[in-house]
Amino acid sequence: MKVGVLALQGAFARHVQVLGELGLAVVEVRAVHELSDVDALVLPGGESTTMSMLLDSSGLRNAVADRLFAGMPALGTCAGMILLATHVADARPDQRSFGAIDIDLRRNGYGRQVDSFEADLSVSGFEGTFPGVFIRAPVVDRVGEGVEVLATADGHPVLCRQGAVMVASFHPEMSGDRRIHEEFLDLAFTILADE
Amino acid sequence: MSDITRSTGTQMVKRGLAEMLKGGVIMDVVDPAQAKIAEDAGAVAVMALERVPSDIRRDGGVARMSDPEMVEGIKEIVTIPVMAKARIGHFAEAQILQALGVDYVDESEVLTPADEAHHIDKWAFTVPFVCGATNLGEALRRISEGACMIRSKGEAGTGNIVEAVRHLRSIIGDMRRITQADEAELFDWAKRLQAPLPLVQEIAETGELPVPMFCAGGIATPADASLVMQLGAQAVFVGSGIFKSDDPAPRARAIVEAATNFEDPTILARVSRGLGNAMPGLEIGELETRLADRGW
Repeated sequence: MKVGVLALQGAFARHVQVLGELGLAVVEVRAVHELSDVDALVLPGGESTTMSMLLDSSGLRNAVADRLFAGMPALGTCAGMILLATHVADARPDQRSFGAIDIDLRRNGYGRQVDSFEADLSVSGFEGTFPGVFIRAPVVDRVGEGVEVLATADGHPVLCRQGAVMVASFHPEMSGDRRIHEEFLDLAFTILADE
Repeated sequence: MSDITRSTGTQMVKRGLAEMLKGGVIMDVVDPAQAKIAEDAGAVAVMALERVPSDIRRDGGVARMSDPEMVEGIKEIVTIPVMAKARIGHFAEAQILQALGVDYVDESEVLTPADEAHHIDKWAFTVPFVCGATNLGEALRRISEGACMIRSKGEAGTGNIVEAVRHLRSIIGDMRRITQADEAELFDWAKRLQAPLPLVQEIAETGELPVPMFCAGGIATPADASLVMQLGAQAVFVGSGIFKSDDPAPRARAIVEAATNFEDPTILARVSRGLGNAMPGLEIGELETRLADRGW
């Protein structure tokens, strides 16, 4: 399995590093032809407004949307979660999301950088806690019926899954704990094996 | 009732925001209208200041922290992070900027220094700091004071990239040499750089700075952004280069494209077309004030 990391802007190098350490072949995706090589895609943290603009100028917007619609496994963290969501509040009016997972969220819902925080999270199926790193993170306000919530913080979902798509409002690529990446790869392997 | 325990202001979240800005362009803006243009063009953050460096250079006098009203006006208009500058050593200005809720404080040589010996103790703050550096020793001293992002100083307000290139080559070249040094030589490196030994030892192991390194000072074109990123900068600050050019919006957008596609000359050629005149540049040898000399 070849995993792509959307490398338009943001913390993509951290994801590339973690996936490499897990023994995966990793491709940085900046252009349409690079996307066609990959079986699954990670959308990293960064600035969602910037990534959104670069998705349009690179032609990746439609290419990624088509692959997601066709069931490509995807993991989105922070800004990547915003890009995969259905409805985004407090965003720029021209900012569009893929609607690959049925959740509504608010950008920077936890506040500004001085409110960014670390917190240990209970994740369903994990032994012990998982170190959550929340940086100007989005807040999930609604999840649809088909969405499985794997972790919450103060009543808001922070780790969710629906079909082939997993999203986190925090940064598993920053914390040194690879279990969420492993979980996503297991999910991707299962889905791709069924195809 | 909260079901989690939140730790704010940790090194992880401070350095983490710098990680999120990688591959992006941070633009100097002097009012909400410019901030909007910057965000529309794809900036990852804006730096709110009263005058861009080329005007500070032209006007002379003491340059200080911006008016809080102006910083707040910019915060209201954009959804991306907002940074602001405090004078070197002026911890009271930094405290005010933190209270205003800015996302990053730049302890900057572009403003007139407030302290001739001491930089701000940046560990004492929840808000993260970026500091300029001309060489590795300076970068490590700033990191030991708590800076969570380093940028080259370059020579702000000149539209001339030569100083930024010198600073980046100096920092990266020394890091490369340190990775070749043996244990005993690291003590000498620490002494010569006037930098803490543990940070020098960390570089010997990893080959890179413990915090992200960006480039500032003199970037005026998409090609400039590509040059410094190929040299090893992980993102770019553009000061006077955008809003002192003929047509700011397309130039801003082109530099954003360049920061993502810095290794692809075909895309760089496409985005560099028809941008009008870049800002007028200045020869470094003819400057009255060298901003990069400020800081200790």
